[in-house]
Amino acid sequence: MVPHAMHEVPPESITKVVSGIVTRYHGEKRHLMRMLQEIQAVYGYLPREALEELSRLTGIPLVDILTVATFYHQFKLERPGYYIILVCMGTACHLKGNLDNYEAMRSFLGLGKYEKTAKDGTVTIEKARCFGACSLAPVVMVVSRDGKERYLHGHVTLQEARRIVAKYRALALRKMRGEK
Amino acid sequence: MTWSLMDKCCDRCWHSPEYPCRHYIRCRLNGPLCHEDPECRKKRENRLREIMYGKYGFKIKVPMASCTIAAGAREVYDAVIKEVKSRGIRVDVRKTGCMGMCYIDPWIELVKEGMPAAIYANVKPEDIPKIIKEYLEGDVSGAFALRYRTGKAKGEDKVPLLEELEPWKNQVRWVSRNCGIVDPESIEEYIALGGYRGLDRALNMKPEEVIEEIRKSGLRGRGGAGFPTWLKWKIAREQPGDVKYIIMNADEGDPGAFMNRLLAESDPHRVLEGMIIAAYAIGASKGFIFVRAEKPLMAERLAKAVEQARKYGLLGENILGRGFSFDVEVILSAGAFVCGEETALIAAIEGRTSPRQRPPYPATRGLWGKPTIINNVETLAHVATIMAEGWEKFVKYGTEKTKGTKMFCVTGSVKRTGAYEVPVGTTIEKLVMEIAGGPPEGRKVKAVQIGGPSGGCIPASLLSTPIDYETLQKAGAIMGSGGIVVIDDHSCMVDVAKFFTSFTVAESCGKCFPCRIGMKILYDTLEKITNGEGTEEDIEILEELGDVIRSSSLCALGGTAPNPVLSTLRYFKDEYLAHVRDKRCPAKVCTRLVEYWINPEKCTGCGTCAKNCPANAITGEPGKKYVIDPSKCIRCGRCYITCPVGAVEKR
Repeated sequence: MVPHAMHEVPPESITKVVSGIVTRYHGEKRHLMRMLQEIQAVYGYLPREALEELSRLTGIPLVDILTVATFYHQFKLERPGYYIILVCMGTACHLKGNLDNYEAMRSFLGLGKYEKTAKDGTVTIEKARCFGACSLAPVVMVVSRDGKERYLHGHVTLQEARRIVAKYRALALRKMRGEK
Repeated sequence: MTWSLMDKCCDRCWHSPEYPCRHYIRCRLNGPLCHEDPECRKKRENRLREIMYGKYGFKIKVPMASCTIAAGAREVYDAVIKEVKSRGIRVDVRKTGCMGMCYIDPWIELVKEGMPAAIYANVKPEDIPKIIKEYLEGDVSGAFALRYRTGKAKGEDKVPLLEELEPWKNQVRWVSRNCGIVDPESIEEYIALGGYRGLDRALNMKPEEVIEEIRKSGLRGRGGAGFPTWLKWKIAREQPGDVKYIIMNADEGDPGAFMNRLLAESDPHRVLEGMIIAAYAIGASKGFIFVRAEKPLMAERLAKAVEQARKYGLLGENILGRGFSFDVEVILSAGAFVCGEETALIAAIEGRTSPRQRPPYPATRGLWGKPTIINNVETLAHVATIMAEGWEKFVKYGTEKTKGTKMFCVTGSVKRTGAYEVPVGTTIEKLVMEIAGGPPEGRKVKAVQIGGPSGGCIPASLLSTPIDYETLQKAGAIMGSGGIVVIDDHSCMVDVAKFFTSFTVAESCGKCFPCRIGMKILYDTLEKITNGEGTEEDIEILEELGDVIRSSSLCALGGTAPNPVLSTLRYFKDEYLAHVRDKRCPAKVCTRLVEYWINPEKCTGCGTCAKNCPANAITGEPGKKYVIDPSKCIRCGRCYITCPVGAVEKR
């Protein structure tokens, strides 16, 4: 059994969370980005129901909300794994072979062409923009979905890349069991 | 709570944020100014000494910036705390910022009254007990460098002074002077080091005089384009209306550039001070700090600086009793490279996307239709320093057209990666070969990439070019925010061009078609070439299309996006031709154009490669050596990335 099913969040809690956020920002359109950031801080991504609720409460058309949500990199529309492994695609990291690391991690998890998250929901692997830690290139950053944990690995080799995936996957499994 | 320099010395001092005193800043160091009292004076002097050497005359500084934390500074900090507690050493352990020499991270500094301040490099937690013990015994022979000598410690002569080191002596630390010295979370320390003097001086002048001072300094925007800062301010100042805004652009997105993060993390009050001065000059009452969400520590430090400044009345109503009111809000950017473009940045704050046509420029019509000034972090830090030190000192450095200093981040194939501040006009060679130490042994510099995805590659033959906005533009690159990536002979220039193009394709907002479609075609053509399917006609397409995109895009992102392709075509056409004519990648980078083989000396016979090979081109038996059949190999590189021992090699 998958320890942490990719279940959707129960709708009543979404209504409560979103209306709380909307009240705080008076539902003004100029605060759209901050409202989205707060929703993402709660769920780790932007659940479709939350965006629909946001549209209903603020009167901002859903299409406008989605325009912003899909334009900026920070926003995720799909539920990520417990840990998100961000592989830096900055120049220095690229020159030192981080693309190979990225591919190695993906093939280690057996991800399909359009898949980013392991089937058990433990880890998501993503390309990321420069972290500004170029002196440690190539760099891999790992953040937890709730944003509370953050680790940085520098000078990552192909062998280490696989070790990193294995390590956080095991860690995520343990934590997800604990969550239940 | 201990008494801090920021507090009243006694009840005779009447300063508070509600009833601000005009002499508040000067009073912190030379005070008390409102009454004469030897005891109050003593109190202040003692506190200043405490800031210098710590409460017990002994201080250990651990750098806490994103880069040093990544290198293990937090573990080092914990080890220091543990050691100090377990041995009962009376010492102040303080956090500081990063001094820009990334290659010695994590470092720590020990300062004891009467002893030389010693910096230890590449420290591991297990080294801590030995370092502290030796230092307390008066032996500094294990240090990496000293800030100054006292002649009282053992081994002092064998350790170089910081300013004798190659990467240090060629720098002019003007705007980064406090980085690695000040505690970024302490406004008190910043003021003890002379902070907020610039603001104090600016508020004594008329706004027009402040603009004039910046005009005399010749400061140009350090974010990339080099627009004169004073002119931007003057235009905004002269706009009618009461509501004006200032935005600090801390949304650093250039890969390979981190000087803004370093400045804002290591010396946030300097940046904030510059912002308050700029707001005063243009008459803004509200400011926004737009900071990248991916750089959380930078956002945290800036927010903390704002909070402290507000607490002591340096933000808010009637600042320093001069009738000027200004407040700042920190906004997290959701990450989009195009936000470096002013109108796109404004759109992001308004909750929209995409840039728009200019003019009107933001200085006349910006945020919510009001005159708005956007300055980047480094520019504002320069403003604060110029106002404190005077323009005369600033113009001593630099070239005819561009005055002062600029920070550059040198990364890639160099021995000493880091962020270095040098006068504008320093040659690339000096920066890369002397300060950053050149490439590792056995490698050769092939090119330097300057200015990120909007910049270009400059070949090794032009390393003697002095760095200035105009000279770089002539060579086909741009100053950008100052990221310099050194490329050696192990990198393929076509691949580098493809990398930057993939970046701009992903970051194009999609509003105008030259950038949206043109860049995609550029990318596809480069992909074709790196796959060995390119023709000479493709190279012509790259040149022609690059020119069209450059001249017809809506904003600066599209207007500069073809630069990496065009500049590599200009200087490294032979590499493109090798890919096209000989179907060969000279640097052995492009996967489809190299041959993979298994090094029998490294192969352990695990069989992972054979399992992963989609073409069944790898044969062998578990426990024995595996072999790739070149005639069956489709050059996908899967064996290369899956081999657990790195036995698959390219040739």
